[in-house]
Amino acid sequence: MARLGMVIDTAKCVGCSDCVVACKAENGVPAGFFRDWLTESLRGRFPTPHLELRSERCNHCDDPPCVTCCPTGASHVHPWGGVILVDHDACVGCKACIASCPYNARFLHPEGYADKCTFCIHRVEKGQDPACVSVCPTRCMYFGDLDDPESEVSKLLASRRSHVLLPEAGTGPRVIYLTA
Amino acid sequence: MNALSRRRFLGISAATLAAAGLAPALTGRRTAQASPPPAPDAGKLETIPTFCDVCFWKCGAIATVRDGQLWKIEGNPADPLCRGRLCPRGTGGVGAHFDEDRLQRPLLRANVRGEDTWNVVSWDEALGYTAEKMKAIAQKYGPESMALISHGLGGTFLKHLMKAYGTPNLAAPSFAQCRGPRDVGFRLTFGDDPGSPERTDIANARCLVLIGSHLGENMHNTQVQEFAEAIENDCHVIVVDPRFSTAASKAKHYLPIRPGTDLALLLAWINVLITEKLYDAEYLAQHAVGFEQLAAYVAPFTPEWAYPETGISAAVIRETARVMGRAKPATLVHPGRHAVWYGDDAQRSRAVAILNALLGSWGRKGGFYVPAQMDLPGYPYPPYPHGERGKVDNPDKKYPFAHDTISTGIRSAALTGKPYPIKGLMTYATNLIYALPNEAETIEAFKQLDLLAVVEVAPSETAGWADVVLPESTYLERYDELNVELFRDPFIALRQPVVASPQEQKPNWWIARELGLRLGLEKFFPWPDIETYLQTRLEKGGYSLEALKKSGIIVGPKPPIYFEEGAPAEFNTPSGKIELWSSALQKYSDEHGNPAGFEPAPRYTPPEPNPPGSYRLLCGRAPTHTFSRTQSNPLLSDVMPENALWLNAGEARRLGLNTGDRVCLRNQDDVLSEPITVRATERIRPDCVFMVHGFGHQAKGLRRALRKGASDSRLQTRYKTDPLMGGTALNMNFVRIEPVSSI
Ligand code: SF4
Repeated sequence: MARLGMVIDTAKCVGCSDCVVACKAENGVPAGFFRDWLTESLRGRFPTPHLELRSERCNHCDDPPCVTCCPTGASHVHPWGGVILVDHDACVGCKACIASCPYNARFLHPEGYADKCTFCIHRVEKGQDPACVSVCPTRCMYFGDLDDPESEVSKLLASRRSHVLLPEAGTGPRVIYLTA
Repeated sequence: MNALSRRRFLGISAATLAAAGLAPALTGRRTAQASPPPAPDAGKLETIPTFCDVCFWKCGAIATVRDGQLWKIEGNPADPLCRGRLCPRGTGGVGAHFDEDRLQRPLLRANVRGEDTWNVVSWDEALGYTAEKMKAIAQKYGPESMALISHGLGGTFLKHLMKAYGTPNLAAPSFAQCRGPRDVGFRLTFGDDPGSPERTDIANARCLVLIGSHLGENMHNTQVQEFAEAIENDCHVIVVDPRFSTAASKAKHYLPIRPGTDLALLLAWINVLITEKLYDAEYLAQHAVGFEQLAAYVAPFTPEWAYPETGISAAVIRETARVMGRAKPATLVHPGRHAVWYGDDAQRSRAVAILNALLGSWGRKGGFYVPAQMDLPGYPYPPYPHGERGKVDNPDKKYPFAHDTISTGIRSAALTGKPYPIKGLMTYATNLIYALPNEAETIEAFKQLDLLAVVEVAPSETAGWADVVLPESTYLERYDELNVELFRDPFIALRQPVVASPQEQKPNWWIARELGLRLGLEKFFPWPDIETYLQTRLEKGGYSLEALKKSGIIVGPKPPIYFEEGAPAEFNTPSGKIELWSSALQKYSDEHGNPAGFEPAPRYTPPEPNPPGSYRLLCGRAPTHTFSRTQSNPLLSDVMPENALWLNAGEARRLGLNTGDRVCLRNQDDVLSEPITVRATERIRPDCVFMVHGFGHQAKGLRRALRKGASDSRLQTRYKTDPLMGGTALNMNFVRIEPVSSI
């Protein structure tokens, strides 16, 4: 049973937002809403600041509060790789999941359901990478099975320093950032 | 509520719901009864290869049509430029097709120029009007009084039309407003220029020096992909920029240079390379002349001399020079692209070229490779007519080293009538109000014209001043000229329509041909349609249009690209060698009494100081937009709807400003900007401010982009002209920050 996750090399990322544009085009995300986005985190003073650019999205957590809190079962863990998905028909738009997500990854789609990154499950099931990963001009994004020690993502994590966002939330995020 | 407590709170809520029997059983956490969201790729899919036109890089792409509607566009894996991945602008290119504000039908001006009021007319009427005006101009002033300013490959057929009509006055802002000075500086040194796409071997560089060149924000696809590769390969990146750019954040050395002093740093680097013998002596002995003269000339320009000018310590200058020396010849001092900064730009670029020459990087792996092109003859047209008058842009060779047409020279001729008047202007895919400095001069020039015809996709500011607007199909809806690329892997690429134009827009080739027929130039348009034209060209090279329609691209054999592999080491300079001391500049200086700026090796002039209370205005690019052309694209504007004013955080504190505050800028000539949002940041020096070019639109048809952010162009009223080649330097403007006025 795969545990799908994403590894993003911040040393290579230039924050170009191609991942954002590709997601919007691939998934028809309505204007004004985003399933992924860029964050600039800056420490220190000029002329020696430290900058980390990050492509962020739903972390497809191991312990997803958005699934636990969903009153209808619409927000669910997909049997395929543990991807967190929303059943549009079953969702009643109560927004509990939106409030529960520590990463602010969800929004209410204008059509009335909670929406967010799907890890492009429709592509992944066909053996393709998610749209954001496949488009990245710097090739700084990697996708695969975190439980398979032979996968590219596992090897990268074994060889490089990395961090996740808000580890204190305790949700087991599966989008992991490599640092220089 | 912080994230943790919010989660705990909701955890309890879910438990409560479960206890009440409202939540589904969560044991095993796999709720097989729930369905995933509908797959966006359900439907009838069709893929069509083409190439991108959101910028001039021309990446090979594959568009997907879903149930007859344009869905998405991705990189063509066979394309050596994009290697299967487009940049964000290319990925968002589909937005241009859907932009509800795009020009839809031909328009004739209804009232006074610039009022932006129109009568919708038929193509026949719009083309008839344009042709009649062109005929009248030819009759009254001669055909040379008509000019075309275009951008990109799409201008090919209109250029052909203009040559057939009899004018030599064809320009693009890419010369005098962009890379012209760089190309002149490199030509004087190597006899050739870095080209477009640049012949930079970034992927193999072991030391990469970026001077003001903000790769990663400036999104020329191949360059950025190779930049990421270089980082992965632990290339030693040195970034020189008053702003802590994205590239600076990847650098091992970041040099926060005082604006306008780059040439002082370059001279000091040359000094150290020579004094410490860090240059490639063997390469220079074989390929270069002028070393002794250069060495004597740069002797006084020590790092200690450069420090008070640049603000970069002598130790750092030496250390970085040594890094460059150690990595040679795989040290690439990047030539940059948008090089119009301070008015001595051709000479600054020459210093960059000299530095590369000393490091032996021209023609070498990790430096500048030797590009190749496939052999495909042009269409067999009859010879063009030759008028009596030469080009209008550079009278008496005032700018002796300009090898291309100076767009601002055409503007001057329209303004002054000298050396002869320009009375008709057609623009293609370039928004001159933004592309040329000093908007007032551009508008004044427009007012002198008998005809301003604009061929465009979006209702730009320049279109607003037109007499006739000819709406073009986007690149996703048309055939175009072939791209026969000069690159490390030579190839031929086809642009072909993916979807139909939604309204009455027409492709450039059709517009050119229809005008040609109305002007009696039938013999120059023997092909009835573009497919016949393309087929004719391709057949001459032994290729077929049908095959190219399927693959989108034909990649040719890769010839040797480095000197060491056998690529020819040829230098088209007067001496046939790399000229460290320029014989062409020496000759010009001797013959003209040593005019300032023409020295055989670059001379540094300190920049003028900031007026009190003012910041130097710097501009640059964002990865999601091209010039002022893409702000109306719904996908791209969603990601970046407006630009911001980068202001040093300490300065912001001093002025009581915070990120998010709205301010206006007033320049030295009292021009006031549109309101712009402050971005107080530790990523810029305190003596300058920065904004991304292309925002602050005022054309009322661009509803999505209207008054979003501010326009750097509008504040660039002052420009300094490069004496060598007529480039217009833009970083000459100073602004004060003011509160947004209440009116
Ligand atoms: S660099 Fe980007 S915008 Fe330019 S041609 Fe390539 S994909 Fe298109």
